Amino acid sequence: MSTANNPYLQVSNLRVKFETHDGTVKAVDGVTFSVEKGKTLGIVGESGSGKSVTSLAIMGLHNPKSTLLQGEILVDGRNVVGMPDDKLRLLRGRDMAMIFQDPLTALHPFYTIGRQLVEAYRVHHKVTKAVAKKRAIEMLDRVGIPQPQRRFGQYPHEFSGGMRQRAMIAMSLINDPNLLIADEPTTALDVTVQAQILDLLNDLQREFHSAVILITHDLGVVSQVADDVLVMYGGRVAEYGTAQQVMKLPQHPYTWGLLASMPSLRGDPEADLLPIKGNPPSLLNVPPGCVFHPRCRYAMLKGGPCDREVPELLQLRTVDEPGHTVACHLPERQRIETYQEEISSVGVAQ
Amino acid sequence: MTETVDAVQLDTGWKAAQGEPLLKVENLIKHFPVRGGMFGSKQHVRAVDGVSFEVRPGETLGLVGESGCGKSTTGRMLVRLLEPTSGKITFEGQDITHARRGQLQRLRSDMQIIFQDPYSSLNPRHTVGTIVGMPLKVNNINPPGGVKKRVQELLELVGLNPEHYNRFPHEFSGGQRQRIGIARSLALRPKIIVADEPVSALDVSIQAQVINLLRDLQRDLNLAFVFIAHDLAVVRHFSQRVAVMYLGKIVEIGPREQIYNRPAHPYTKALLSAVPDATRLGESVGRIRLQGDVPTPINPPSGCRFRTRCWKAQDICATQEPALSVKETGSLAACHFPENAVLIEN
Ligand SMILES: Nc1ncnc2c1ncn2[C@@H]1O[C@H](COP(=O)(O)OP(=O)(O)OP(=O)(O)O)[C@@H](O)[C@H]1O
Ligand SMILES: Nc1ncnc2c1ncn2[C@@H]1O[C@H](COP(=O)(O)OP(=O)(O)O)[C@@H](O)[C@H]1O
Ligand code: SF4
Ligand code: SF4
Ligand SMILES: [Mg+2]
Ligand SMILES: [Mg+2]
Repeated sequence: MSTANNPYLQVSNLRVKFETHDGTVKAVDGVTFSVEKGKTLGIVGESGSGKSVTSLAIMGLHNPKSTLLQGEILVDGRNVVGMPDDKLRLLRGRDMAMIFQDPLTALHPFYTIGRQLVEAYRVHHKVTKAVAKKRAIEMLDRVGIPQPQRRFGQYPHEFSGGMRQRAMIAMSLINDPNLLIADEPTTALDVTVQAQILDLLNDLQREFHSAVILITHDLGVVSQVADDVLVMYGGRVAEYGTAQQVMKLPQHPYTWGLLASMPSLRGDPEADLLPIKGNPPSLLNVPPGCVFHPRCRYAMLKGGPCDREVPELLQLRTVDEPGHTVACHLPERQRIETYQEEISSVGVAQ
Repeated sequence: MTETVDAVQLDTGWKAAQGEPLLKVENLIKHFPVRGGMFGSKQHVRAVDGVSFEVRPGETLGLVGESGCGKSTTGRMLVRLLEPTSGKITFEGQDITHARRGQLQRLRSDMQIIFQDPYSSLNPRHTVGTIVGMPLKVNNINPPGGVKKRVQELLELVGLNPEHYNRFPHEFSGGQRQRIGIARSLALRPKIIVADEPVSALDVSIQAQVINLLRDLQRDLNLAFVFIAHDLAVVRHFSQRVAVMYLGKIVEIGPREQIYNRPAHPYTKALLSAVPDATRLGESVGRIRLQGDVPTPINPPSGCRFRTRCWKAQDICATQEPALSVKETGSLAACHFPENAVLIEN
């Protein structure tokens, strides 16, 4: 948990709304977290939970005409919310960079990989092309692309999926950013290549000591690389803590649902998975109270608070280590018992 | 114990005593001609390059492997969406490799395919009723009680509201659309379904719903499946036997427990070891990391195709192709220097 006084990134009560033909989409609704340098925050949640909208907000990449941003996003103390475009452009690439799920959308198809790397470097560094080229080849080598001299002159389509993702990582790291956001960087890749890329991100982080946000829907990926974990659902934070806390004693029924839904390589393969019933909420018409209540098997309805009051994100009290926060109306003792009795024996949780 | 045997006959996990296989595939090959090379000469993508296996009634065979290894191509040949280059496919004792018209029509009702993408596989202009009833219509089948009744039964079977008969695909979520595709595939009461990444596009909570549905259907209807997926944990939950493919070939095949707990082929071991495990926080000790990418199937490596990424490769691996043979661990694997240790204790 980032308990340091001045984390590199501090997001406070972030709200992001989109005006659309069908009405207002509340994509992110009051999200708070922080990341220190040298640490990795894993953001987990299913599609539509607001992960990408959050990261685009940090990067200042939302269209200001159709997007309403509220709250505060401090990058090294500077608020990105409402920052003019020219200032944002200076931050992007140099202080913070992003890796996307599909590198093809981020790499230009008509320019060589080398040219794109050189330009990315020269935007922020007043150096000759030759110097930039040297740096680019170094970076290609650093991310494990074989024969970087030759690869420098090739086009994105000449790269395999894994190599494109490596090139994308090289590009995002070329200016040595302090904050790196990787949005599902391995979702489109095979497990063997995913393992290579995750190792690479781990190594690079140790080397460059940046603050990293890794967005994924895979709790397995999170447990492998994250120091802290933020579980999002319906644009809100369900649970937040260190990876140790969230993975060892998950406290939110949605986190339980994710764990019990995941098939695993261990345990009884004949046992049924325990899916979450129903579908994710429409963010045009967010359910009242706890946004998870229509799918929650523990919801206290009919007089209970779950469909009426939004649960606050509160610290766990009965465990020693501070920093584990959960947004759920269930009494803490009941949650701990429920997890131990019902959840820890199914799916990957076992 | 590495004597070469007929892979099909020795495909472990069941014996001839357990009856005729439903589906038998022998040395199946699919080469796609492509332009390429220095002078635009004709080359071939060796997408599937000699694959053999059997599936018995009510059983699931899982097909796993990295992108491009030939899983979908194999699946498409099975349901005859693709013409094999060579090899033999037998269904209930009949050679269907080059089935035409009448035979193909009967086959279409016995064998069905479900695809990955629940969006593009449903016609957006048709109602759910039309989509699910289409196979009945095309095959001129009038079930007792009428098409509508049958379709509504099918919708109910897959957990959809039968009253949504008149709705269009865009009114359903991804998981629900996949259910519609499953209902359609069940319309003709098939004996076997080829499911090509049926849950890969779904979120984990929805994926679990669909896996449970498919498992229930398999049990209740005694359906056989060829279940194609790149997610090894998903395949483990759905398959009694598993075949691991690499560059167009099966490198290991056997009962689930043997494949997952005591893999014999180094590639199987590496694949399993790459799966991130939510129960092992931050652990990466003892992990096998494969280097590089899969080579091109236009020019696969000589000898063992896995040798360019294999940490155990020796000279013989480049010169002599290892045949599938029974290994100490019990599965059939194609490797000169197989593994024999327990990987996962259950
Ligand atoms: N029509 C075609 N023409 C040429 N090559 C093809 C054709 N269809 C498939 N291939 C090639 O054949 C090989 C096997 O493809 P296939 O689609 O069977 O892989 P797969 O195992 O299903 O992969 P994935 O996990 O990505 O779905 C690949 O190299 C692919 O590029
Ligand atoms: N530009 C936009 N206009 C309207 N709605 C949007 C826009 N971008 C994202 N959304 C919606 O916001 C929600 C969260 O999206 P996103 O952050 O992309 O989810 P994910 O967690 O899968 O990354 C979704 O319901 C999505 O449809
Ligand atoms: S607040 Fe209520 S509905 Fe929400 S997760 Fe907790 S128990 Fe379930
Ligand atoms: S035959 Fe040789 S190269 Fe192939 S998997 Fe076995 S040890 Fe590795
Ligand atoms: Mg996203
Ligand atoms: Mg495929």
